[in-house]
Amino acid sequence: MLYSEKVLDHFSNPRNVGEIEDADGIGEVGNAKCGDIMKMYLKIDKGIISDVKFKTYGCGAAVATSSMATELIKGKPVEDALKLTNQAVVEALDGLPQVKIHCSVLAEQAIKSALSDYYTRQGIDPLPIVGEIKEPEE
Amino acid sequence: MEKRFIYADNAATTQVSEEVLSAMLPYFRTAYGNASSIYKLGRDAQRDVEAAREKVAAALGAKPSEIFFTSCGSESDNWAIKGTAEAMAKRGKKHIITSVFEHHAVLHTCEYLEKHGYEVTYVPVNDKGLIDPEDIRKAIREDTALVTIMFANNEIGTIQPIAEIAAICRENKVLFHTDAVQAVGHVDIDVNAMGIDMLSLSGHKIHAQKGIGALYIRRGINLPNLIHGGGQERGKRAGTENVPAIVGLGVAIEAATRNIAEKNAAIVPRRNRLIDGILKIPRTRLNGDRDKRLPGNLNISIEGIEGESLLLMLDMNGICASSGSACTSGSLDPSHVLLSIGLKHEIAHGSLRLSIEDDVTDEDVDYILEVLPGIVERLRSMSPVWEKIMKGEDYQ
Repeated sequence: MLYSEKVLDHFSNPRNVGEIEDADGIGEVGNAKCGDIMKMYLKIDKGIISDVKFKTYGCGAAVATSSMATELIKGKPVEDALKLTNQAVVEALDGLPQVKIHCSVLAEQAIKSALSDYYTRQGIDPLPIVGEIKEPEE
Repeated sequence: MEKRFIYADNAATTQVSEEVLSAMLPYFRTAYGNASSIYKLGRDAQRDVEAAREKVAAALGAKPSEIFFTSCGSESDNWAIKGTAEAMAKRGKKHIITSVFEHHAVLHTCEYLEKHGYEVTYVPVNDKGLIDPEDIRKAIREDTALVTIMFANNEIGTIQPIAEIAAICRENKVLFHTDAVQAVGHVDIDVNAMGIDMLSLSGHKIHAQKGIGALYIRRGINLPNLIHGGGQERGKRAGTENVPAIVGLGVAIEAATRNIAEKNAAIVPRRNRLIDGILKIPRTRLNGDRDKRLPGNLNISIEGIEGESLLLMLDMNGICASSGSACTSGSLDPSHVLLSIGLKHEIAHGSLRLSIEDDVTDEDVDYILEVLPGIVERLRSMSPVWEKIMKGEDYQ
């Protein structure tokens, strides 16, 4: 498995690992059967993602994409986080092996899942804003 | 603790030994003749190829004329299985018996044959990773052409009751092939005493180079030619002999089978110390029978973490190891071997295989046992699965 230096860096020194006790949105995607689970915690102040933490069970790419995804949305407006694509995560990591692209999709979905939870807690239907959270195929 | 480099993945491949390398070197620049040539340079090459054949035969208790050089273990498996299938189909025998946890070189060959009008029975293995010979007996039919069962499993290292299985095959006049790629050099093998009809082996698992293997074919079994061309390998597998690799294999197999008991006496206590040490980590389990396994092999599942992450962390600490996780195979499914012994997907994803040899010292064992628990703790601390396990929640 040929990983870029950036993937290995984010794997060995993952950014924003942990939990947020009073999170405004929590999302979890994936399942242990497939070997990947990502859990995202968001703290949102006045429409800005003031803090983000994650926990991931999975391969090197799963950890690295989670870490990079949190870096890409931290301090950004919610609107920016909604627009985060898996391609952006892949590019920021200087690429991923083809068989690991699904990890970046999972990272995108994990953030969307946490944002859905945020809107639901606000009493807002998340579906028109966030869209459907696609679970990876088993 | 000072960082070490520990190669603990000898089931994947081995380092070419100095003895093998120095035996091979003359055949590149000095004794480079084609073994089919009439002049001395060629005759010398032929003589040395035949000397290597004698060494391979001696290591297995076979006759030199029963040894055919191939390019690898997979080629040997393919030839034995497809060749037997083709030959026996003419007698109306189109049924093959194998096991669910064979190497893919066997499994995928059997699947290929299934697509071409053959029937295959896959016997199960028990939760210890062992095949019950009685299951083979029950699976044998009138039209069974071949039974192919691995000598020792490549992931969990379990050693199968090969002599018993071979005896059942002989009783029923069915040919028996074994993929012994992982066993050669670690277990004593005698094809006659064990009743083996065909046996695959590979050079790079026993300190020869990659790209050389052999198939033992008992005298009297006439497999169709694998490669058509010149008269090499008695016309059965044409192509100019890879003389340096063949010479290297001869030296390697002689060295590997020379003092098996002595080497194992050094390896087994260290391997056992690794097993016991790693099993001290909570929520771990040893995969495969503890005693009926290759001397240097251990395979342990560690709950709450995923194998590839573990391997990357071990690598950063200088330890080369292997896993049966999906992520190391490029698919979503973890190892078919671990699933076959009844492991759930989520447990199989977190497996660690170490395969050590006698170059791994007591200090290396100490180092692994010092480094591994910290890595596991670190990965578990960031694992939502571990979090659920700790809360006693269902995480499947």
